[in-house]
Amino acid sequence: MMRLPPFLYVSPRTVAEAAKAVAEAGPGGMLVAGGTDLYPNMKRRQFEPTTLVGLAAVRELRGVRGSAREGVTLGATTILSAVATHPDLLRHYPALATAAGLVSSPQLRNMGTLGGNVCVDTRCNYYNQPYPWRKAVGFCMKKDGDICLVAPGSRRCWAVSSSDTAPVLWSLGARVRLVSASGERTIPIDALFRDDGIEYLAKRPDEILTEIVLPPAEGWASTYLKLRRRGSFDFPELGVAVALRLEDATVAQARIVLGAVASQPRPATKAARALVGQRLTPDVIAHVADLAAGPARPLDNTDFTHPYRKKMTRVFVARALGRLAGLERAGRDEEELA
Amino acid sequence: MNKHEFSVIGQPLPKIDAWAKVTGETRYADDLVLPRMAHARLLRSPHAHARIAAIDTSRAAALPGVYAVITGADLPPVKFGILPVSQDEEALCREKVRMVGDAVAAVAALDEETAERACELVEVTYEPLPALMSIEESLAHPEVRIHEYGDGPNVHKSVALQFGDVEAAFAAADLVREDVFFYEGNTHLPLEQHAAVAHWGPDDKLTLWSSTQTPHYVHRLLAKILAVPAAHVRVIAAPVGGGFGGKLDPFAHEIAACQLSRLCGRPVKIALTREEVFYVHRGRHPVLMWLKTGFTRAGDITGSHLRTWLDGGAYGSYGVASTFYTGAINPVTYKMPVYKFEGARIFTNKPPCGPKRGHGTPQPRFALECQIDRAAEQLGLDPADLRRRIVAEPYTKTANHLTVTTIGLGECLDRVVEASGWREKWRGWNAPPRGRGPVRRGVGIACSSYMTGAGSAVYWNNMPHSGVVLRADRGGGVAILCGATDIGQGSDSILAYLPAEVLGIDPKDVRVHPADTDLTPVDLGSYSSRVTLMCGVAAIQAATRLREVLFQAVAAKLEVDPSRLVARDRKVGVPDDWDRALTFAQAVELGEAMHGVLAFAGSYAPPKRAGKYKGGGVGPSPCYSYSACVVELSVDEDTGMVELHDVWLAHDVGRALNPLLVEGQVEGSVYMGIGEALMEEQVFRKHVHKTPSMLEYKSPTTLETPAIHTILVETDDPEGPFGAKEAGQGPLLPVMPAIANAIYDAVGVRIDEVPITSEKVLRALDLKRQGKPARVGPEKLPLFTFKTPLVVESAFGQPADAITRRPFA
Amino acid sequence: MNRGPDEPMKARIELTVNGERREALVPVHKTLLEVLREDLDLTGTKHGCELGECGTCTVLVDGEPVLSCLALPAELEGREILTVEGLAQGGRLHPLQRAFAELGAAQCGYCTPGILLVARALLEATPVPTREQVRVALAGNICRCTGYTKILDAVELAALRMAGRTPVATAAAGSAR
Ligand SMILES: Cc1cc2nc3c(=O)[nH]c(=O)nc-3n(C[C@H](O)[C@H](O)[C@H](O)COP(=O)(O)OP(=O)(O)OC[C@H]3O[C@@H](n4cnc5c(N)ncnc54)[C@H](O)[C@@H]3O)c2cc1C
Ligand code: SF4
Ligand code: FES
Ligand code: FES
Repeated sequence: MMRLPPFLYVSPRTVAEAAKAVAEAGPGGMLVAGGTDLYPNMKRRQFEPTTLVGLAAVRELRGVRGSAREGVTLGATTILSAVATHPDLLRHYPALATAAGLVSSPQLRNMGTLGGNVCVDTRCNYYNQPYPWRKAVGFCMKKDGDICLVAPGSRRCWAVSSSDTAPVLWSLGARVRLVSASGERTIPIDALFRDDGIEYLAKRPDEILTEIVLPPAEGWASTYLKLRRRGSFDFPELGVAVALRLEDATVAQARIVLGAVASQPRPATKAARALVGQRLTPDVIAHVADLAAGPARPLDNTDFTHPYRKKMTRVFVARALGRLAGLERAGRDEEELA
Repeated sequence: MNKHEFSVIGQPLPKIDAWAKVTGETRYADDLVLPRMAHARLLRSPHAHARIAAIDTSRAAALPGVYAVITGADLPPVKFGILPVSQDEEALCREKVRMVGDAVAAVAALDEETAERACELVEVTYEPLPALMSIEESLAHPEVRIHEYGDGPNVHKSVALQFGDVEAAFAAADLVREDVFFYEGNTHLPLEQHAAVAHWGPDDKLTLWSSTQTPHYVHRLLAKILAVPAAHVRVIAAPVGGGFGGKLDPFAHEIAACQLSRLCGRPVKIALTREEVFYVHRGRHPVLMWLKTGFTRAGDITGSHLRTWLDGGAYGSYGVASTFYTGAINPVTYKMPVYKFEGARIFTNKPPCGPKRGHGTPQPRFALECQIDRAAEQLGLDPADLRRRIVAEPYTKTANHLTVTTIGLGECLDRVVEASGWREKWRGWNAPPRGRGPVRRGVGIACSSYMTGAGSAVYWNNMPHSGVVLRADRGGGVAILCGATDIGQGSDSILAYLPAEVLGIDPKDVRVHPADTDLTPVDLGSYSSRVTLMCGVAAIQAATRLREVLFQAVAAKLEVDPSRLVARDRKVGVPDDWDRALTFAQAVELGEAMHGVLAFAGSYAPPKRAGKYKGGGVGPSPCYSYSACVVELSVDEDTGMVELHDVWLAHDVGRALNPLLVEGQVEGSVYMGIGEALMEEQVFRKHVHKTPSMLEYKSPTTLETPAIHTILVETDDPEGPFGAKEAGQGPLLPVMPAIANAIYDAVGVRIDEVPITSEKVLRALDLKRQGKPARVGPEKLPLFTFKTPLVVESAFGQPADAITRRPFA
Repeated sequence: MNRGPDEPMKARIELTVNGERREALVPVHKTLLEVLREDLDLTGTKHGCELGECGTCTVLVDGEPVLSCLALPAELEGREILTVEGLAQGGRLHPLQRAFAELGAAQCGYCTPGILLVARALLEATPVPTREQVRVALAGNICRCTGYTKILDAVELAALRMAGRTPVATAAAGSAR
């Protein structure tokens, strides 16, 4: 049986206590919310914290407040199934509810939190492996080693950002509140991520993500499509998040953000820009989809071959736009589960 | 007997163990706890191929909480293997490791964590050797030898058999096709990870509880490996949480647990992690195939020539049998008058392959059914009609000397064609596409056949393959002792239903005591779909013997002739004088008074029908099951993704002893076939299994599993218990080719290898758009010269013999 | 490898399992799965991966399905835990258990406890679900034996019986197909 390595466990009741506890725990300390990402990783010895600060008992971190008109604030430990089924989110931020509802399995969504999903560790199939496997293949720089096995010679790690909700939150223009013992700050979510497989978050380990703040939804339409082999369990091998503001059927503002193509969510800025001022005709969609496929440079460290994932970027972007355009959508119904 | 006379047979009864399973009461091996029990772990090799220079266990042994540490040096120096011809395994490797995951040391400690920590303290010095990770590499490097034995450097087994003149058959054909196929390896993935508890008692006797499908073979081999008298070894198969062939070998963890228990004087439990289960493997062989078949204009097969190359992995396991099986069963399905087969199994430094559901036959089945589809297209024939025309003749012999009894394949085909709406849905070759946008619909068809139990045991002997002891109690209950192992297929239930039918009692009155080598007569194990037939016939024999005695005693009491008596509704009496009938319990008392203790044995051995040629022992079976399958699916031309809508599967099961159980076997087989067809693959990278996890080894969920429509066809086979044949493996076989053929119908591309992933479909569609041959599949064959074939006359069309002439009958 | 503190931190935990208060002194890093099976003698909860990848270890916490292999007992004090052993009430099987037995929905039975619990949560929320709803609810449980068909059938049968739409006694297995 795969078991957790030993650790000390602290269960604070408030954010302030939690912030203090992580600060005190020092470099061996880690936060844990639902544990659905961290515990499997610990069982595989990808992390070996000496102290865990659990956020489960911090009530103020849970729940959804606000409205579409003034914006919605989500507590970081709101579980994914609550996000997926929240009526306001379903109506006004459908891409977010969809993405949350497409994470892994129903059971896991009852445990995993939105904050944990945003902070989820990057993935690589040379790394998300049990300890004996990694020992047999040779350790890599993300844990216990010093080279990259997927891109030998590379000085950085290319592990893949595999969050379903992160690209969506980025496309929605979300902001995140970070609290630590030494203060707090609120930053746009795109400033939370870094393009590095190891240091993939631009936040200090002692900073707690407490809230995710969504701007008003008025006038915006959003959608999310996910590529994976099975309709359940599987991480995204590509995520396409699109948010558009339409004025008289013409695109006034657009954001397209790709998930699972780099160590952080990757905006397809050129493609989004090309949409502005256009109507969503099949020709425009095809052109924009080609542009969006540009920045996707997946490596061979996930499921599906990388040329395939790259090809799918075009198809999925086109389909996401087609769906927002109300064009007859076609293809697999995977994304309609939520 | 016809169907209406049965009271238990044919009823959709719950399995007798269902109640324990739905309440969590069933005790699987990992649920067992004994007083003072220690916990063990194995240290496994991180190298694919290396010499072991030294092992130092001193630091491990010194860790507090460690009871015992062993290496190969602590076991008798014997090699073992499930087949007498492949004694090439060691529980703990002594001189060299041949794959990542080979066990080298074992630790027993007060808990699992301590045992694991101690394993990491064992210092092994390895001298790495070149690792051979494919058939090509193993053949290209004869100087690197994985084993010293076999039919050539790194060639475990090479066989060549010819039945009739294939060249003449091809010359006489109107169409001769040559195609190349590849079937990727995959694994059983039972939900239960293997576990065992060993207890070497103070009386110096050993008991092992294990999640094994074959307690008898484990019993025999443990005695040999541990150098103890078999009489002092007891193996009990715990209820198995899924087997599919993955728990059919004696394993390192079982052996290590026994030896550790002996050394530390405590019971020892060992449970594998999911990663280890992938390394233990014994799953589907990757097989490369070349198939050449001649057809007449009308679609008849004139002859067929098959070559198979099996990537065997690091050990023999059942591999010799697997090699023969890739060649044995194709001729059973269709009229195939002339046949040639060449096969070779190559050693590689990967986990050993072995028997997975359908053992060795899904791969050539895939090749044959995909090829027939192409032939039908070239000949302008409906692929269902073509198959219908060439269905084999019942009660004849095949080219390769297999005796076939009943064949329900024609009816199976008619029923799936009807149920699926094939006549409307299949609209001819190159019909305009069906579907909307980029999504295209298609249907595909395929057939298969499978054995109901192997005709020979894995070791040569003249004893029964299955035995039952039945004891009647004065209270009217009946105890059945039988070595069979219930792996979920319901063998315990069959052992209750059949005697209940014969004795006219309720299955609930029967208590089944399975799979305990001290108490139960030998049953060879849950493999090759043998259990229902073999232990079923034995159980019927034992019950019939009891019934005769009861009838004698009751006849004396009622002063009637025994031939007038019947047993039903828990009574024994004369049908037209039923008021005077005695209860079954009274009958038992009278019987016991007259005859003494009422305990009877039943035995079964298959008819002796092995072909009179070397290799003729693999393939014979008392009877063969048949299946026909239609799949309807759609393919997304932009993504290559395949979505299954419906699977219709008609299966000739001889007789459905319990239709619920048979349907369950069909549905489970279809499911497993879908996984193999579309996503499951055991592949390697940097000498190691690429993704040894439940997440990355893709196994279909409810969302990928389509509606499965099962149709049962009954042919009442004279060989089977009340006419029954197998259902546990055969229905898997036609699923993969039916899917491949349906994809062709949908989008006009041929994927000649499984799994048929969306990447491959998209690649083929790209080729098609570029005007190139729209096919994805293997392009090259290994450089390998098969030996000169053993030439035997084709027995095609000869009348069947030895029907129901069984030893012990 | 860094091994964390030498002496694992232990905690006395109090859990409500199947309606009973249970206490145990366990290392804090033991998961609910391990504590149920190894400390509370409730071996009905099975495991197939211990990494959240198969659903086998599912139990209900306050009526919702969660994975016991990824749950820490320390976080579950005061919450109601239901395992397969608690499904039957006063010796009477839950209708799901009966339907699973009658329809052959448990083959090897290893996935059965987890699936029964997910199904029970589903029927609490959606008394008569459509087949598609059952399929979606069970998408987090791998079964390698059944092809899910009889499992879906059994959930539907139990739902109908619980809703009083099918006479409890006469719903013969065959008629549910
Ligand atoms: C089998 C399986 C399949 C999965 N499939 C998917 C999938 O399809 N899509 C997907 O997106 N994810 C998937 N996941 C990953 C994970 O379960 C989810 O991302 C989940 O939302 C993580 O949330 P959590 O609360 O459980 O995170 P935890 O495991 O508790 O934490 C994850 C990381 O975030 C940090 N963290 C958590 N909360 C905070 C906070 N408030 N402030 C600061 N740091 C924090 C932790 O320290 C840790 O490093 C899968 C996991 C498994 C085991
Ligand atoms: S990308 Fe390279 S460094 Fe990063 S986890 Fe994968 S192998 Fe390791
Ligand atoms: S054992 Fe918990 S999900 Fe597999
Ligand atoms: S019944 Fe065996 S895994 Fe589901």
